[in-house]
Amino acid sequence: MLRFEARGQPSAGWAVGSPLLALLVTTLIGMALFAALGKDPWRGVELFFVEPIRDGYAWGELMVKATPLLLIALGLAVCFRSNVWNIGAEGQFVLGAIAGGGVALLGNAETGGWLNALVLLAGVMGGMTWAGVVAWLRDRFNANEILVSLMLVYVAIQLLYYLVFGPWKDPMGFNFPQTRNFEEGALVPLLFEGSRVHLGLPLALLAAAGAWLLLFRTKLGFAQQVGGLAPRAARYAGFSSRSALWLALLISGGCAGLAGALEVAGPVGQLTPYVPVGYGFAAIIVAFVGRLHPLGIVLSAILMSMFYIGGELAQSRLGLPKSITGVFQGLLLFSLLACDTLVAYRLRWVRRQTDAGGA
Amino acid sequence: MTAPPRLDLQHVSKRYPGVLANDDVSLQVTAGSLHAVLGENGAGKSTLMKMIYGSVKPDQGVMHFNGNEVRIRDPRHARALGISMVFQHFSLFDSISVAENVWLGLDQRLTLAEVSQRIRDKAQAYGLPIDPEQPVHSLSTGEMQRVEIIRALLTEPQLLILDEPTSVLTPQAVDKLFVVLRQLASEGCSILYISHKLHEIRALCEVCTVMRGGRVTGVCDPRQESNASLSRMMLGAEPPPLPHRPVATGAVALQWQHHDGTQLQVRAGEIVGIAGVSGNGQKALLEALSGETPSAAHAMQVLGVPAGSMGPAARRALGLHYVPEERLGHGAVPNMSLMLNMLLTREQGVGRGGLLQPRVMAAQAQHVVRTMDVKTPSVHTTAGALSGGNLQKFLVGREMDAQPKVLVIAQPTWGVDVGAASRIRAELLRLREQGTAVLVISEELDELFELADRLHVIAGGRLSPAVPRQEASVEQIGQWMAGLWPEQTHAAV
Repeated sequence: MLRFEARGQPSAGWAVGSPLLALLVTTLIGMALFAALGKDPWRGVELFFVEPIRDGYAWGELMVKATPLLLIALGLAVCFRSNVWNIGAEGQFVLGAIAGGGVALLGNAETGGWLNALVLLAGVMGGMTWAGVVAWLRDRFNANEILVSLMLVYVAIQLLYYLVFGPWKDPMGFNFPQTRNFEEGALVPLLFEGSRVHLGLPLALLAAAGAWLLLFRTKLGFAQQVGGLAPRAARYAGFSSRSALWLALLISGGCAGLAGALEVAGPVGQLTPYVPVGYGFAAIIVAFVGRLHPLGIVLSAILMSMFYIGGELAQSRLGLPKSITGVFQGLLLFSLLACDTLVAYRLRWVRRQTDAGGA
Repeated sequence: MTAPPRLDLQHVSKRYPGVLANDDVSLQVTAGSLHAVLGENGAGKSTLMKMIYGSVKPDQGVMHFNGNEVRIRDPRHARALGISMVFQHFSLFDSISVAENVWLGLDQRLTLAEVSQRIRDKAQAYGLPIDPEQPVHSLSTGEMQRVEIIRALLTEPQLLILDEPTSVLTPQAVDKLFVVLRQLASEGCSILYISHKLHEIRALCEVCTVMRGGRVTGVCDPRQESNASLSRMMLGAEPPPLPHRPVATGAVALQWQHHDGTQLQVRAGEIVGIAGVSGNGQKALLEALSGETPSAAHAMQVLGVPAGSMGPAARRALGLHYVPEERLGHGAVPNMSLMLNMLLTREQGVGRGGLLQPRVMAAQAQHVVRTMDVKTPSVHTTAGALSGGNLQKFLVGREMDAQPKVLVIAQPTWGVDVGAASRIRAELLRLREQGTAVLVISEELDELFELADRLHVIAGGRLSPAVPRQEASVEQIGQWMAGLWPEQTHAAV
């Protein structure tokens, strides 16, 4: 029979191999799912893994969706490595969108491109503020950051609704719940003609490099991780757990807020009730599938972006519900959690012992 | 006709990835006997006991219990057969009470109230005072062990296994434990006593199985053996005696005063020992000394500088280094490499702008590994993968390498094999000769008598006056460990 046997050391190979195996398992289950729904499973694979990289434009779309996922997941990786469980990046994303959008609305047709810099800065501040509430409640009252950050997501969404249904609604917008379109100067510059890829992509890649530098090449990042892995060792070394908490939440809030501002001042171009599409939650999966490592997260953000696009294609071309994206996200996370067993355990074939005697 | 042995293991082997933990081990324990298993850490004692207790399954070999061949499925099965074990590392849940912990370990046929009553009965019968309602997190280590022993006794065992039970006890408490064990043996319960303390085994046990490197190297009657002969069987050689050379002491390097007037002073070039059963205030004292819990500035002076309000890093910058009792999770991060673990207390690997310099860190870690003979594949190995002794050598080496002015070290050889222990003690003496002020907090009296120039005792959160080692006796220190010392002198020494 097959048995799990504890390894002496966690396997470095499986730490990398497990997400790949999880992806394979997800794909196989997904294909079975397509077959069960009466669709051609190979067509499904094509929609999810081939169509999104078919040509330059498709790559561009892939990157547009990967950008917020990457930014948010990088911040979350710093947070999770510090043992701070911020699962409310969605709310920080929305606040970033609101703050960025608010600044964008201040401009008019004559405002120069410098306004965009302010929009992005406001987004960062918005996300940080929202995460700062979590940090403050944790620091001051020892409130559980998981619950607080999650609840604040819904507060943020209601705040967005209030603004777009109320004071910020476009008076010329036929009563649709949305703001007016942002002016040119507020928008994120596009990188290429004929593609929606914007400045956010290089910013996100820069953030990935920054996160790597912080985590693996600075004393500060080291201290964050010691606090996460062994709080008593952090105290022994003299690292402050309070500043680790604040830093982790401010970084992840700032990243999510920047992603929110990039989204509304980029592909969306205005504030609408449809700004929150779940990037903040999907990024949790991105962070874990990427092993909380910046390079891994770059790859897993692209993968998750494929799921988003594949889901949309499955909806338009195969007539499947859009929730297929969520199903795939969930499948990937569960497969990953299962495959991670192999990091700490090895599978061994053991001959069944004959049960002689006994008590 | 003779009765079959209580326990009979024949040709048992157990292989773990990369190591043969038990190699063709045979062991017979007769009914009502006090049987010792002696060996260094890593000799395979714990694996052997886990197989007997059913938490690990042997790859080969057979086991008979009371003459019947048994294949123990799990600890529950073992307890049903009449085998109980008291582990070296306690398996108690902090957040619930003593009785609830015990109740969880039993098969839940009893109500919690009945369990509490049984705990009181056993506590009474064997002289192990404990309050069943108390939450476990408020217990001292010694009290936790009592809970474990009572829990084991509640299953009315025919074979009781104790893994290094005396490391948390005063000499008097050890004597009391031995009374309990002898009483149990006279009632017919066999005792398997795992230890590396030679004099205890000679005082208590009738039979001794010696292990080395996963094999049995001898079976003897320890009452007929000397420490030296047992040591030879255990190690293959005797550890060299430690020279305790006279050193001229210098100025006071560490001064600490408690608000109750208690004082602690350590001079350059001397080792001051603090004896006491764990859970008597060592933790609070260590946190105060290390800076993990800062206090008022004047409460402590390091080389004349008021340091009481400083955190650990600032005190380290003054020259005060600290090796905590718990290696994994406190002195080192288990999942991080040795190289990264250097950074907890050493700044040399941090360059300008807080950027890490991996080469410097690796070289520094390599230096510690080399000078302290740490057995590790490389400095990239995680701290958690090292044996207790090797990790302790690394941690002591890490702090010694910083050339501290003051070194505070807690339980320097707890759970460490004899070879590594004597190495660590030799290094502490060497530091003393180099003029470092060393403060050793230990439960092992032998160790303190071997190392210290002066001794304090900590009991009930209070610190006794100091007594020069030459004037101290084990009996006196043992009494002080129960909190009974003459009150007149709190004066500085």
